[in-house]
Amino acid sequence: MTAPLMLPLATDIGNPTVNIVIFALFVLATLAIVFRASRNNKTAADFYAGGRSFTGPQNGIAIAGDYLSAASFLGIAGAIALNGYDGFLYSIGFLVAWLVALLLVAELLRNTGRFTMADVLSFRLKQRPVRMAAAISTLGVCFFYLLAQMAGAGGLVALLLGVSNRAGQSIVIAVVGILMITYVLVGGMKGTTWVQIVKAVLLVIGAGIMTIWVLAKYTFNLSGLLGAAVDKSPAAGEKLLSPGLQYGVTGVTKLDFISLALALVLGTAGLPHVLMRFYTVPDSKEARRSVSWAIWIIGIFYLFTLVLGYGAAAIVGPDRIKAAPGKANSAAPLLAFELGGEVLLGVISAVAFATILAVVAGLTITASTSFAHDIYGQIIKKGQISGDGEVRVARYTAVVIGIVAIIGGIFANGQNIAFLVALAFAVAASANLPTILYSLFWRRFNTRGALWSIYGGLASTIILIIFSPVVSGKVDAKTHKSLSMITDTGIDFHWFPLDNPGIVSIPLAFLLGWLGTITSKEPVDVDRFAEMEVRSLTGAGAEKAVRH
Amino acid sequence: MSDMRDRDLTTYRDVQLSPDFSELRRRFRRFVFPMTALFLVWYFVYVLLADYAHGFMSHKIGGGNITVALLFGLGQFVSTFAITMIYVRWADRRIDPDAEKLRHQIEGAPQ
Repeated sequence: MTAPLMLPLATDIGNPTVNIVIFALFVLATLAIVFRASRNNKTAADFYAGGRSFTGPQNGIAIAGDYLSAASFLGIAGAIALNGYDGFLYSIGFLVAWLVALLLVAELLRNTGRFTMADVLSFRLKQRPVRMAAAISTLGVCFFYLLAQMAGAGGLVALLLGVSNRAGQSIVIAVVGILMITYVLVGGMKGTTWVQIVKAVLLVIGAGIMTIWVLAKYTFNLSGLLGAAVDKSPAAGEKLLSPGLQYGVTGVTKLDFISLALALVLGTAGLPHVLMRFYTVPDSKEARRSVSWAIWIIGIFYLFTLVLGYGAAAIVGPDRIKAAPGKANSAAPLLAFELGGEVLLGVISAVAFATILAVVAGLTITASTSFAHDIYGQIIKKGQISGDGEVRVARYTAVVIGIVAIIGGIFANGQNIAFLVALAFAVAASANLPTILYSLFWRRFNTRGALWSIYGGLASTIILIIFSPVVSGKVDAKTHKSLSMITDTGIDFHWFPLDNPGIVSIPLAFLLGWLGTITSKEPVDVDRFAEMEVRSLTGAGAEKAVRH
Repeated sequence: MSDMRDRDLTTYRDVQLSPDFSELRRRFRRFVFPMTALFLVWYFVYVLLADYAHGFMSHKIGGGNITVALLFGLGQFVSTFAITMIYVRWADRRIDPDAEKLRHQIEGAPQ
């Protein structure tokens, strides 16, 4: 292999060397930060929860950094550029979802748990089975999300660094994986958090500059910008400005959209890597402030993507976007090139990479914490293990997860990223959220209810996806090309009509939680329930920040 | 539960049954449950309109290119920001002081 990174093969725009230099600067800066942060990584609370000493605003920025993945930056801007208003619908679901976390989950979870989602779910139920179920669904969500990011890294490379051959892309995926392992091993949660903060600031500033630039081109007249986008998109025309272009075609696609909307709004508050971030602050008041900061940053960012999406439609045009190597994902980078030439493209490319790195590091630390703390520490060792022993296992796990992610990413390269992210949200909304809400608010809830809800939600989501058109049997009516994961149009075993399983799996998981509970004779542990309820609201006995 | 210092409240169960805690829980739930219902209903009204009322949503406002759909969408942003601000202000004032008082009673720190 002759250094494929250095050979600009596929780019017709930009300068790969500029992109690589800017990206290398980001990596060096974040590595320096991670090594600085690692000096205080002593206890389990340091490694898993950053010593619980981040402030609300810091954590809020880090949450935004964790949440705004490359899929939401490049994906939503591209979806708006091509599908107009229907792309905007994603960002609304992703934003409104935060209110569930703010009002019902963040503070109560911070007050009752230590490191993981499973801490809260197993608080007053039978420890081992519930913890196991919660850990499995945590690992499941992290795996799908991780795969999506790693696969996305491969696709981005084609566009941004001019690496078009598969071997070269695989090397870049491996580099991303190794960097992420380094961040997590060296920096733990503290280092990961700082990487996310740096990335969030860069991302918002980068998108903000582009937004102002685009608006300035249209004398800050949004209506003018929209008009230009319509003029440049003869195929879509006026439909670009109202819903229905992507989802309004048939009754089935309309139902699919409701299903997606449901998973988006209920998924966020069940994403384990988001939940884990609430443990990095000293108390519930700071958890509240973090969510409030996160909502403002995420909301403003999505408003930027609205302008960028229509801006890309107006300035670049749908034909050039569709012809570019990354298709819809290339809308924002192409717009950057049109506006600021290769330097701005380099900056935006580096920011997109930083985005993948930061999200992937956050997922890795969540998955390794869940394995080390829940499965190894509490289930295998029954809590008879020192914090140091657990952290050592967490570090090994991070390496294993990193390697699995690299291999998975290489295989998944080219797969539909949005589908993998939507799958992660659907699992989170079905398997995690019902049990979180039931155990916080329903006195009678018991072990069987939790197990039925978690396993039922997880299994139904995955089964429905496997037998949906996403995996087999979706054919483009015009080109007769397969739109499914299995590209052989002869293989078709789908029977579930929708791409998104949420409309079935989420109500089913709530129902199973209720049904399992009322059919079980397990008595309510009144003392543990009292402790959980009192602690969740008052913060008594909550884990304190680590003082160094 | 040896860390309960208050004479009357010796277990979490006692705290849970105390009038002060019941009042705090009632106040919390009477705010967050209706608020959750409100934003979910508003979100799904919007989703259903976007899905099934294309004619209404594609109306243009005031001769420009701003559609009803766009205003509704931006309305979701405005309501999310507003609910966030209202809740944070409310919880800072109406939950934190009482929660802190109960916490000190339980943990035995000076009030």
